Amino acid sequence: MENQVILNSKHFELTIKRLCYQLIENHNDFSNTVLIGLQPRGINVLTRIEEHLSSILNKEIVCGNLDITFYRDDFRRREQPLIPSATNIDFVIENKKVVILDDVLYTGRTIRSGLDALLAFGRPEKVELLTMIDRRFQRDLPVQADYVGKTVDTLSSERVSVEWKEIEGEDKVVLFTPEANG
Amino acid sequence: MDSLSVNHLTGIKDLTKNDIGIIFKTADAFKEVINRPIKKVPSLRDITIANLFFENSTRTRLSFELAEKRMSADVINFSVASSSVKKGETLIDTVNNILSMKVDMVVMRHASPGAAKFLSERVDAKIINAGDGTHEHPTQALLDAYSIREKLGTVKGKKVVIVGDILHSRVALSNIYCLQKLGAEVMICGPTTLIPKHIHELGVKVEHNLMKALEWCDVANMLRIQLERQDIKYFPSLREYSMQYGLTKEILDSLSKEIVVMHPGPINRGVEITSDVADSKQAIILNQVENGVAIRMSVIYLLASQIKRD
Repeated sequence: MENQVILNSKHFELTIKRLCYQLIENHNDFSNTVLIGLQPRGINVLTRIEEHLSSILNKEIVCGNLDITFYRDDFRRREQPLIPSATNIDFVIENKKVVILDDVLYTGRTIRSGLDALLAFGRPEKVELLTMIDRRFQRDLPVQADYVGKTVDTLSSERVSVEWKEIEGEDKVVLFTPEANG
Repeated sequence: MDSLSVNHLTGIKDLTKNDIGIIFKTADAFKEVINRPIKKVPSLRDITIANLFFENSTRTRLSFELAEKRMSADVINFSVASSSVKKGETLIDTVNNILSMKVDMVVMRHASPGAAKFLSERVDAKIINAGDGTHEHPTQALLDAYSIREKLGTVKGKKVVIVGDILHSRVALSNIYCLQKLGAEVMICGPTTLIPKHIHELGVKVEHNLMKALEWCDVANMLRIQLERQDIKYFPSLREYSMQYGLTKEILDSLSKEIVVMHPGPINRGVEITSDVADSKQAIILNQVENGVAIRMSVIYLLASQIKRD
């Protein structure tokens, strides 16, 4: 596998900041908006965005984690059963604006499951999607993000990984390409 | 490894410690689901489950049915009182007839020990044992251990005493296996006539004095006296049993530490525990019932994930 860094730590930081200001542009002081990260990797996006937003706005932002395992459409199509992560939404989303956060938008299936899972908690006024990476032209379902960190053109054989300094040691986005045969 | 080592749940004896860990972890997520405003997830929308109860049951059957419906499975119920079993049909014939209607999983309670195992070797469906005679009742043991873990943080190293009718109890045997696999110490307590002869070979302590047992333990699981299974008299009277082995508030308050009180239900109030104990802060009987749904969702979910459709 060849790998190529498509977002280094400096640009990573700038991207997060830009996303925060884009959110503020639409949601002002976040008094009627909640952020929900999709388990597992969307939680990292949520943590970082929340950190920046609360320091810019100088207030606490309402945040939650959502696990979508039980709503997936590939149940029993995998060798291993899908073991769920924790959902933690201890607030009412009824009539709130909800921003769903994830790291990579690819086929759109995760977001579809996420929307179903979200509706079990009530009827939000509006739902938006924020993603660090949008792998465009790879969608299986008609899903689009409202806030995009970076758009990339990829092949389905490639893999995009968003890495975090808290976990992998460095903030960056890497594109893995399988080596061509021969 | 994140998948179960078994293809059916016939008893705790066949499970590994890792299996129990996976079941608990999945149950944690389902417990959160059943506390949501909308308590239903679509995971099993293409699975059909038959609940076959050849013996009476209220709580277990309701708990299984609720667990199945919470995951959007199609459910059919069967109870022996209204079935052709009364007309002389064999177990395998009954089940195969039901399976011809394209059922993926069978939850079965039966009076004969080993019925679930027998079936799992002969029919093409996932089998979950909901109690087979005096043998095992695996989901009850799992929910009991899960409730202890929830209350005390861990099961490992805890001392659990099971009090009462051990001889006729499938809950006791499954509990012993489950608690030991998770690293707890187990004692059983009851009159000599209600304790199986060779039970110490399972590695459990045996005590006939309730006070001594309660002083030793962190958790007391009070079993029901199963009068319906007792073909002869094992003790002079219920009143005498209750005097010797009934848990009262006075006894609970006289102990040197606060213990957790459990009961698998249905309770005979005033026999194995008094009303004030059953309703006390130390009793986690209703938590056990709530956890029962989460544990059963977890077991059904994990077994259903092994069903492949081509």
